[in-house]
Amino acid sequence: MLRSRITPVLLIHNNGLVKTVKFKDPKYVGDPLNAVRIFNEKEVDELMVIDIDRSSQGLTPDFDLIEKLALECRMPLCYGGGIKTPEQALRLVNLGVEKVAISSALINEPELAKEFSDAVGQQSVVAVLDIKKSGWSKKYKLFTINGKKEEKVDPFGLACELQSIGVGEIVINSIDNDGTMTGYDMKLNGSMRDMLDLPITFLGGAGSLTDIRQLIEAFSPVGAAAGSLFVFKGKYRAVLINYPNEADKHSLYNQSV
Amino acid sequence: MIGIIDYGSGNVKAIANIYKHLNRYYFVTNDPVALEKATHLVLPGVGAFDQTMNLLNKSGLREKLDELVLEKKIPIMGICVGMQIMTESSEEGIERGLGWIKGEVKKIDDQQLTRKPKLPHMGWNNVTLTRENSILANTSLEKGFYFLHSYFVIPEENGDVVATVDYGTRLTCVFKRNNIIGIQFHPEKSHRNGVEVFKNFADL
Repeated sequence: MLRSRITPVLLIHNNGLVKTVKFKDPKYVGDPLNAVRIFNEKEVDELMVIDIDRSSQGLTPDFDLIEKLALECRMPLCYGGGIKTPEQALRLVNLGVEKVAISSALINEPELAKEFSDAVGQQSVVAVLDIKKSGWSKKYKLFTINGKKEEKVDPFGLACELQSIGVGEIVINSIDNDGTMTGYDMKLNGSMRDMLDLPITFLGGAGSLTDIRQLIEAFSPVGAAAGSLFVFKGKYRAVLINYPNEADKHSLYNQSV
Repeated sequence: MIGIIDYGSGNVKAIANIYKHLNRYYFVTNDPVALEKATHLVLPGVGAFDQTMNLLNKSGLREKLDELVLEKKIPIMGICVGMQIMTESSEEGIERGLGWIKGEVKKIDDQQLTRKPKLPHMGWNNVTLTRENSILANTSLEKGFYFLHSYFVIPEENGDVVATVDYGTRLTCVFKRNNIIGIQFHPEKSHRNGVEVFKNFADL
C-alpha cells in the first residue's frame, strides 16, 4: 500500500540553511550538503529544498549548488526557488532533481503548468501555494515573494485550476503556522484535500510526531512536510538534524489504517 | 563494465554515483562505439514518452543499442520511462517505442482508485514478487521503493512480469525477458533497497 511521505524541508538563504518563523527571522541552522548527507543516513522519504533568495531577489536557480545536492541525495529531491521557465525545469531534472517546485511563475500564469509538464512530465511539476489569513475577515489569501506580496487570486480556486491544467502535486504552506511548531492548519488542509484529487503535501506548523500522526490519520496517504521539527530539538530549539527511525515511522502509519 | 546511457534523459549522475560507491567499473557515454565495451547497460529516462523517444532517436545510439540488446544479448536495465520505451507504444504519445519487449504503456485507471490522492502514483510503496528473480534479491519488498509515475507497462507475456505494485490494480513494476529488464520505480532514489537493485544487476 502507498504510504504517507514524511518530508523534511530545508531553506537556503545566503548559501546556508536557515529556518524561519512565519516567513521571518531566518536563523542559521547549518550547511546544505552536510544536512543532505545526514538525511541520507536517516533514509528520509523525500527531501524538499527551497532557496528563498531566488524569487525575492529576481535570481535564477543556483544550478551548481543544486547539482551538488542532487548528486549527494539518495532520496527523491524536490527543489524550488527562482524557477520561471520550462527550460530551467528541464535543466534541473537533468541534474537529478525529481520534482521542480514552482510558485510565483504559476500564480502569475497558471497556463504555464502545461508547458512545464510537457518539458519534464506532469508528475514532476509541483505547485507551491504560500497561504496566510489576511484582513479583518481572516480569509485565506495567497502570498508570493516570501510572504511579502499578497495576491488577488483565491488560493482554492487557483489550486483547482492548476489541477485541471495539470500539475503532479500541490504543496500547501501555511505562513501563519510556519516555524511555530503548534500543529498544522487542519482547517485549511481539510478544505484543500476535499477539493483536490492529486497528491498534496502539507507544510507549516508541525512541532511533534503527534502533529504528523494527526495529519496522516486525517488524509493518509499524504505528504507530511516539516522544517523546524527536523532541524531543532528541545524547547530551546537547539540545532540538531533528526528524523523518525523506521519503527517510529511505522507506528505513525499504523495509527492511520 | 557498466555502461550508463547518456542520451539527455534521466538521472545519469545519480546512477553513476551509486556504482562509484559500489566500487564497480562504470562509464557514462553517448558514443555508440564506446557502448561496445559495456558488459551491462543502464537506460535511464524521465519525462514524457514521446520526448524521451525523440531524444533517443536523435542520439545516434539507436542502431547500436538494437544490436547490443537484441543480437549480442547484453543485459540492459531500463528505469522509469527508460522501462516504458522498451515496449512497442504508449497511450501517452504517438511515437513508436523500441519494441524490445512485446507490450504497451497505459495510463493508470484512476476510476479504480477509491481514495485520494489519485494520480500521479507518488511515494513509497511495497512490491510483490510474481516469480523469483535475482534482480530484487536482498531487498525488503515490504519497505518497497519510490514511485513517481502515471503510466505503466503491460507486457504481453505474463511470464515476463517479475514484480507488481498495488495502486488501484496490480501494476507491473519489474519485468525481465531474457537479458531485458525494466524497473518502473526509482532505484537510484530508494536508499539501500535501490542500491541492492543496481548491485544485483551488475552481478548478472
